[in-house]
Amino acid sequence: MEPHDYDIDEDDVTLPTEPMRINMGPSHPAMHGTIRMIVDVDGEAIRNVDVQIGFLHRGFEKMCERGTWNQVFPYTDRLNYVSPMICNIGFAMTVEKLAGITVPERCLWYRTLLSEVSRLSDHLTCNGAVAMELGAFTPFLWMMKARDHVYDFLEEETGARVTHSFARIGGMAKPPNAEMKQRLEEIIPAVEDILDEVEKILFKNRIFLDRLQGVGAITQAEALQYGWTGPTLRSTGVAYDVRRAHPYLKYGELDFDIPVGTDGDNYDRFMVRHEEMKQAIRIIRQCMQRMPDEGPIDADAPGIVLPPKQQVYTTIEGTIQHFKVIMEGAKIPAGEVYGYVEGGNGEFGFFVVSDGTGTPYRVRCRPPCVFTLQAFPRMIRGHMIADIVPTFGSVNMIGGECDR
Amino acid sequence: MSQFVIDRLKNRFGDRILETHSFRGDETAVVAPSDWLEVARFLRDDAGCDMSMFTDITAVDYPKREARFELVLNLYSLHKGHRLRLKTRLFDEEQYGDADPAHPTRVPTVTPLWAAANWFEREVWDMFGIRFEGHPDLRRILLYEEFQGHPLRKDYSADRTQPLVPYRPEAKDKLPPFRVDEGMPFGRRDWSPRDDAWSTDDIATNEAHLGEAVVVDPAAKPS
Repeated sequence: MEPHDYDIDEDDVTLPTEPMRINMGPSHPAMHGTIRMIVDVDGEAIRNVDVQIGFLHRGFEKMCERGTWNQVFPYTDRLNYVSPMICNIGFAMTVEKLAGITVPERCLWYRTLLSEVSRLSDHLTCNGAVAMELGAFTPFLWMMKARDHVYDFLEEETGARVTHSFARIGGMAKPPNAEMKQRLEEIIPAVEDILDEVEKILFKNRIFLDRLQGVGAITQAEALQYGWTGPTLRSTGVAYDVRRAHPYLKYGELDFDIPVGTDGDNYDRFMVRHEEMKQAIRIIRQCMQRMPDEGPIDADAPGIVLPPKQQVYTTIEGTIQHFKVIMEGAKIPAGEVYGYVEGGNGEFGFFVVSDGTGTPYRVRCRPPCVFTLQAFPRMIRGHMIADIVPTFGSVNMIGGECDR
Repeated sequence: MSQFVIDRLKNRFGDRILETHSFRGDETAVVAPSDWLEVARFLRDDAGCDMSMFTDITAVDYPKREARFELVLNLYSLHKGHRLRLKTRLFDEEQYGDADPAHPTRVPTVTPLWAAANWFEREVWDMFGIRFEGHPDLRRILLYEEFQGHPLRKDYSADRTQPLVPYRPEAKDKLPPFRVDEGMPFGRRDWSPRDDAWSTDDIATNEAHLGEAVVVDPAAKPS
């Protein structure tokens, strides 16, 4: 059979291959979170990307300058909303550093434990999303199931599944539940089982490996030049982890490993996060063993920490103190500090300035995922459009934290 | 911990380090805007300081001071583990203009030293209206080009609202979003490096297409 186009001159049918500019986002199925990418493509190959952020800008830093110090906590929940507890604790620790407050032993253990539980939910979300975007829907649902266990636990502890607003300056909103450790004993094996299942279904899958290995790679030098921190930096082989480099809370006394990658590609980022979840579980187990069951949670800092309810309702001193802390805000001494913790995406910092009143003068959040995202054009240049999806997924851009 | 860095800075620059503070374990050095880049470069390149990692750049507004802005650069040394906060004080460009040597309103960008500074200096410009000389791409980052004012200034009232941005058909860089041909510039600004076939005079092409594009005139819209 003769082709239908036998009489057409070949030269006329070659497709023109001029470069094209394509808009992705800010509302696009692959751009989870609101972000816009303007992609210059030559055929399918990406020549350049202009990443535009800010679509979820809420004025976090401006809002913080209006209320009292404790009223910042609900805003910090909405920074990195997949690990809000780390943001809560990070801000509390920064203000405590400024005020010179030390929290009791039991609170340190409690915060360490909650941070790691929160890290589990962060990495489960990120890795689940990467898998899902490659078409692996089953592991995504499994990981969401695991995350739900984590959320259930956090709900029992704090009363909210996602936006906990649980930390306070000088302590926590309430002491841990009496049956907290039993609940953890139940959920941790369930999460571990799911991680094992995910390994079995994903790690030998040809599609999964081909789409991740060698894609979105970045060199160590470039990652450092762009100020990367966290799992993304560790995937290039730099073992910088705030928990190890500048131990805070109880991390100095705990036994855990810092997983590092070698190539800095999507696969390494996925694997570093996967291993970090296992390390988080290891830390949680140690915290469960060593955290005392009795003891105060709140620091002894009158004027900053709320007095116990019993005192508020029965004594005039307690009532007045409660009133002043709520109405005027905790008076934090004038000065400025930079405090930082290891968030889900890296070094999560707060630079706070106080003028000695009950309202923050300036709160600045150092968002780790902006640093990673800024290098996105470097990671994706030369790859295909379809590679944006897993690469963007493994960057773990969190809109709330990125746009503030 | 990083007192060492402060000492090293003082040895090298002497009186040009205007102030130093140490508070709750955080060390701060204040320099004049004219020394900003040189000190930053020294901090990065000096083997003893070795501030290889850019942590953050931000500003704080003190409207009652004459030099109202304090520009704050947080640096970290990955190998030595110390941190330093470098600060400088700047005047308001809206008040003093950019050419008054007695009232410096700008500093040079540190993007050549740390690539990470790019977006964060843009953010400082966006939020405070401080310009960085020699910045490769100083446009707003979290807000949009038409935003009026700089919201993190203390005199920007938190409940202030912004006008709706009308669609401007005359703006070359803000084309109607859907046009007959798909190779259209969506950006508010032409940002791509102009090279070879791809960059055949974009602006001229845009102008040529303006006529055939579906231009929505704000005046013609039903209110």
